[in-house]
Amino acid sequence: MGRQRPIRNSYDGDIMSELKGTGQQTADAPTPEDAFHEAAALDARETDSQSSGRNGGPVLAADGTPLKRSLSRALRRQKLRALALIAPLLIFVLFSFIIPIGSMLFRSVENGFVEQTLPLTVAELKNWDAESDTLPDEALYQAFVTDMVAAVEAKEHTKLGSRLNYEQTGLSSLFRQTGRKIKKIDPETDGPFKDKLIDIDDKWGELETWRTIKTHSVRYTNGYFLNAIDMQRTAEGAVAQPENKRILITLFMRTLFMSLVITTSCILLGYPVAWILANLPARSANMLMILVLLPFWTSLLVRTSAWKVMLQQQGVINEVLVWLGIVPDDARLVLINNQLGTIIAMTHILLPFMILPMYSVMQTIQPTYLRAAKSMGATNWTAFWRVYFPQSVPGIGAGSILVFILSIGYYITPEIVGGTKGVFISNRIAYHISSSLNWGLAAALGTILLAVVLILYWAYDKIVGIDNVKLG
Amino acid sequence: MPDGSTSDAFVAFERVQKSYDGETLVVKDLNLSLPKGEFLTMLGPSGSGKTTCLMMLAGFETATHGEILLDGKPINNIPPHKRGIGMVFQNYALFPHMTVAENLSFPLEVRKIGKSEREAKVRRALDMVQMGEFGGRRPAQLSGGQQQRIALARALVFEPELVLMDEPLGALDKQLREHMQFEITRLAHELGITTVYVTHDQTEALTMSDRVAVFDDGRIQQLDPPDTLYESPQNSFVAQFIGENNTLEGVVKEITSDSAVVQLDDGELIDCKPVNVSKVGERTKVSIRPERVEFNKDRLKEDAHLLKATVKEFIYMGDVFRTRLSVAGNDDFVIKSRNAPDQVRLKPGQQIEIGWLPQDCHALDA
Repeated sequence: MGRQRPIRNSYDGDIMSELKGTGQQTADAPTPEDAFHEAAALDARETDSQSSGRNGGPVLAADGTPLKRSLSRALRRQKLRALALIAPLLIFVLFSFIIPIGSMLFRSVENGFVEQTLPLTVAELKNWDAESDTLPDEALYQAFVTDMVAAVEAKEHTKLGSRLNYEQTGLSSLFRQTGRKIKKIDPETDGPFKDKLIDIDDKWGELETWRTIKTHSVRYTNGYFLNAIDMQRTAEGAVAQPENKRILITLFMRTLFMSLVITTSCILLGYPVAWILANLPARSANMLMILVLLPFWTSLLVRTSAWKVMLQQQGVINEVLVWLGIVPDDARLVLINNQLGTIIAMTHILLPFMILPMYSVMQTIQPTYLRAAKSMGATNWTAFWRVYFPQSVPGIGAGSILVFILSIGYYITPEIVGGTKGVFISNRIAYHISSSLNWGLAAALGTILLAVVLILYWAYDKIVGIDNVKLG
Repeated sequence: MPDGSTSDAFVAFERVQKSYDGETLVVKDLNLSLPKGEFLTMLGPSGSGKTTCLMMLAGFETATHGEILLDGKPINNIPPHKRGIGMVFQNYALFPHMTVAENLSFPLEVRKIGKSEREAKVRRALDMVQMGEFGGRRPAQLSGGQQQRIALARALVFEPELVLMDEPLGALDKQLREHMQFEITRLAHELGITTVYVTHDQTEALTMSDRVAVFDDGRIQQLDPPDTLYESPQNSFVAQFIGENNTLEGVVKEITSDSAVVQLDDGELIDCKPVNVSKVGERTKVSIRPERVEFNKDRLKEDAHLLKATVKEFIYMGDVFRTRLSVAGNDDFVIKSRNAPDQVRLKPGQQIEIGWLPQDCHALDA
């Protein structure tokens, strides 16, 4: 056999395992003593390698290049191949998910529309002091008429009206009416315009109208976010909404509170089920598993509608209770169109998301742990509480994160069974997306919801540690 | 053979039966008693009922019939946590969410032992298994052998009088296993604890135990000290199961109380010691240990019956030579000879004659 070229291999670029041909490796058979002190030896080796690295400069590969560089070259191909494998999904997600969501979230601050439609007016408004008690001068009115005529021609004035109507009710109809009448005015010749505009509508003579336009003429606004937390942007800065318009903070709080209640009831109901599933012989466990999964496979809408049938005052539960005489006929329980209805239906719907991760974690807990605990003198309860339960916590954690995050953004079920008292923030977002068309506010609410989830996730990571979460 | 006398027994099984499905008995009529301080090993192939016996003793399985006594008191209805028996499990069952010290402290905590005493006992137990510096580690940070030591320390830390071990060394590599065998027996004898040890590894059973109970088919086939077990197997199962063994089949030709002549199936005659054959004409399996077979005629009696053998294979194993022969139609007849300076190295194809002392050759059931 000829002399073999040394084969060098390094995994970290620092420590090299070298095989100098065959037959030269001394079989270092581990003795028991080695094993007992191997941890200590490992520590020693770490310090060794650090000091040698410091003294001897960078480790060199066989051809003299720094080991770090030749290692990264060797790994580059692997990385490229991995990237090529995920590229299709990455591109798909980028275009169908990340970009649309990003642009949607961007709407929560984006406000170029006012400036685009009324460019001259916005420029003139910069010279006007919104704090003063005098109306803007003729130059601004002239600029406004010019802008408005152009806007009417482009049919943009009604949109502008609706945009400003979010901030001050009445502006929508003001813009619509003004748009209709302003066609008779020629911005080149018919000046001065101040009185003519005030003739068209008294509101053009009010400071409040101009203040609103000026406040909301900035390109990027915090107005939507202020609205989302029951405040508003005014000429004087951020102030609280009038009391009768405050609703969103309450909704956020309710969403968080009810999600918490739903998560807790899922843990309480799911834990015993998961335990039984994990401890039954495989055949019965599979049967029971089907019962857990069956609702999971049924349409969400069907399940929610079923709960509507069950829970209403003339529904199955009330009828049975009345028939049994537990509840008098004239005092039937109100189980639906309130928070209770949402909690009951959502607990049921989200239960599999709690049971499955708990089950898969519990399956990995060997029964010998409990036996060992009992052999050491622990009662059944102590063995469970001190030995089994701590090991099942990762499952509870995983289930809780799933259920909590899912329920924070839940929409259909609260919409159907929640009435007015049991709706979530997501129902409000849906309202602003499809009914009021205030997408800016909807985007702001959505952004806040996303931020809350991320903060909670971060807090969970700090407290429980995300490494402790196991999905199976 | 096992007897039912339990007068001075620390642990006793009396006519114990166990069935899981109501149709077949996993343990059939088990009678076993062991005195305080004994190291008893239950040895047997898987499914022989040895682990079931251990679990019944620990309290995790209930006996279908019969009585189990601990220190003279029946324990059938005592739950496991009140039996005060230390146990080492096959996969150690160290609690992964607790540190080593917390693991050891657990049995003391559930016994409501004060903190300072607890710490002292934990430290002593860790030192006992030479793991003093590892108290703060998690089980996952330890090697298999280290986990094994912690499991041992945990079973001993609350000073039980009886310790059960369920194949505790099964997951270790050979060298570590041999070392731990020694460690466990040393600890058991130093602390004077009674130990019931379950294994399917016969070397382990022979090297560690005061007595070995060989299980098969739900019964104890033989219960004896290791040397008796190896040198005087009571039946052909034990002879086959313990150590390496050569078997020749034949019919009893002559029989007295302490010697017999067996005619092998190819007509040759051999001397042997009758164990469980009683009359002429009975079929028998004759068992000879490889190291008791002699091919040097000087070391054999004048009138010894000799057999013709052909060398098939010679294997150099370092300390011994292992030679495979063809004897009386059996191609797997193995002899072992010590690697001594004057030892003969046989060559394949060589014709030799072999023999043995009659007391080394046991005529067993067919």
